[in-house]
Amino acid sequence: MAFAAFATTEAQPQTTRRKSPIALFLLLPGILYLVLFFLTPLISLILTSLQAPSEFGDIGVYDYAFNWQNYVTVIQDYWPHILRSFGYALLATVFALLFSYPIAYFIGVKARRRPLLQSLLLVLVIAPFFISFLLRTLAWKQILSDESLIITSLKALSLLAPDAYFAGTPFAVVFGLTYNFIPFMTLPLYTTLERLDTRYLEAGSDLYANSFTVFRKVTIPLSMPGIVAGTLLTFIPAAGDYVNASRDFLGGPDTQMMGNVIEANFLVLLNYPAAAALSIILMAAILVLVGVYVKRSGTEDLL
Amino acid sequence: MSGEVQAAAVLGGLTESEELEDRRGPQRPRRRRIGLGDWLLPVYVVLAFIFLLIPIAYTFVFSFNDSLKSNIAWRGFTFDKWLNVCNVEGGAVCEAFGNSIVIGLVSTVVATTLGTMIAIALVRYRFRARSAISLLLFLPMATPEVVLGAGLAAQFLAVGVPKDMLTIILAHTMFCISFVVVTVKARVASLDPALEEAGRDLYGSPREVFWRITFPLLTPGIMAAALLSFALSFDDFIITNFNSGSVTTFPKYIYISASRGIPAEANVIASAVFLVALAIVVIAQVSRAARAKRLAAQMG
Repeated sequence: MAFAAFATTEAQPQTTRRKSPIALFLLLPGILYLVLFFLTPLISLILTSLQAPSEFGDIGVYDYAFNWQNYVTVIQDYWPHILRSFGYALLATVFALLFSYPIAYFIGVKARRRPLLQSLLLVLVIAPFFISFLLRTLAWKQILSDESLIITSLKALSLLAPDAYFAGTPFAVVFGLTYNFIPFMTLPLYTTLERLDTRYLEAGSDLYANSFTVFRKVTIPLSMPGIVAGTLLTFIPAAGDYVNASRDFLGGPDTQMMGNVIEANFLVLLNYPAAAALSIILMAAILVLVGVYVKRSGTEDLL
Repeated sequence: MSGEVQAAAVLGGLTESEELEDRRGPQRPRRRRIGLGDWLLPVYVVLAFIFLLIPIAYTFVFSFNDSLKSNIAWRGFTFDKWLNVCNVEGGAVCEAFGNSIVIGLVSTVVATTLGTMIAIALVRYRFRARSAISLLLFLPMATPEVVLGAGLAAQFLAVGVPKDMLTIILAHTMFCISFVVVTVKARVASLDPALEEAGRDLYGSPREVFWRITFPLLTPGIMAAALLSFALSFDDFIITNFNSGSVTTFPKYIYISASRGIPAEANVIASAVFLVALAIVVIAQVSRAARAKRLAAQMG
């Protein structure tokens, strides 16, 4: 949605923009703030990622250096976590897209003539946001735990193998990521589908395309901006998330993601250079993936 | 963002979508053909919404659980937790909740002010380095929270700033600014310039025109942005965890207690927040619908 909003406002007819010293007054405080608390932290992250352990210091004390081997070490130590992060995030994004598209289509196209129903459904889409992210995730953990009502009754009905379990599996983590980021997928999809001119769909069926062909050749291409924005808004936070994969939530020892090892290195092991190097790798990988994806899907004007 | 990029979206998206109504073309009545979508889609949507709401219902129901320390097994119904929210663990839940409210309010005020100023400048003025500034505003939204959190923590560590409430507020303000800009910008761009021209024609000074015409017209967008900021800040865990030191916010309290069991009082607070947020959004939606109806009546 953020991405979509950037796109829509850029496309609006420009009122004549003036040059004025007021612009500087308006921009300076906010921009300065972002430089101080967004840009320079990224630079200190890069500097930290190259630090070497201090010769005399204790645990957690490092000197500035150009110790690029930190990157080699973290890739050697944590390549499974790196792959897992992007794999889980990719799966969650695909599932969220498949789950959300019909909902967004229903709200944006089918419910168009009933504004009240439309508003009600939109409120329901964002309703999960209003309950704490962590409690939502814990609720799933308990609903799907081995002793829970759902799991025990599924087993009693032989719909689930007696030794099947859910807690701590990769499936549970991907499930949690999918659930938590569904609204991020649904909202941008809704925004583009809401503006879809249904005359194009009628034109398609007038030309004897069946409804599947119309959907594939008309609806999907026209909703591409929403698909791109939604997948980015889901993929980026999912790749960096460490709540779902945490052992106290839906994860287990074999489901730890990059976020978990960044957290552990920074806050528990006090290995700041390793945490910083992993963060830089995560950010660089995401920027590259996003750049390639946006280019390939032909929606560059989105950014 | 953790949860959260949230509602913004809806709040922000709604303020800009008002004038789009006619762009999609008139709807002509179609010949009816019973397709798969006619019944399959509504059924799917109903099931999907039930699925989406399960954890909310669970959290709400378990706020009435007569639980002991941890709130996992159902032990019977009680209003007790709602009536004595602060009586558990020496009020730790309520202290965390209070911290979250203070942090949310301060970050919201600062981020909304700074972000609104930027949004006005972006739409109304010409200046150099526009694309660099757009990039600087866009990047915080495209950066994973764990990177934002670790970066700030690394900087506070390097400069020697101790982590406390202030560092949390500094962090929250940072990630809220971009979302405010996006939300308010849409509103500024959709303002009818004729209204301000009318003000100038009536000899209003630039200051009067701004405060008596422009600003009131921007208010819905600014309100939406402020609500979004508060929601983002209130539910943030990942960035907070890196920059909070020993200060506990409500999400952090849940994260810490997760291993030993969350008291039902946390469910009470989360459920209450849910009801308040829901009420705000419903009121906003209803008044928007009423406004649209009034406008339609005036025009028709």
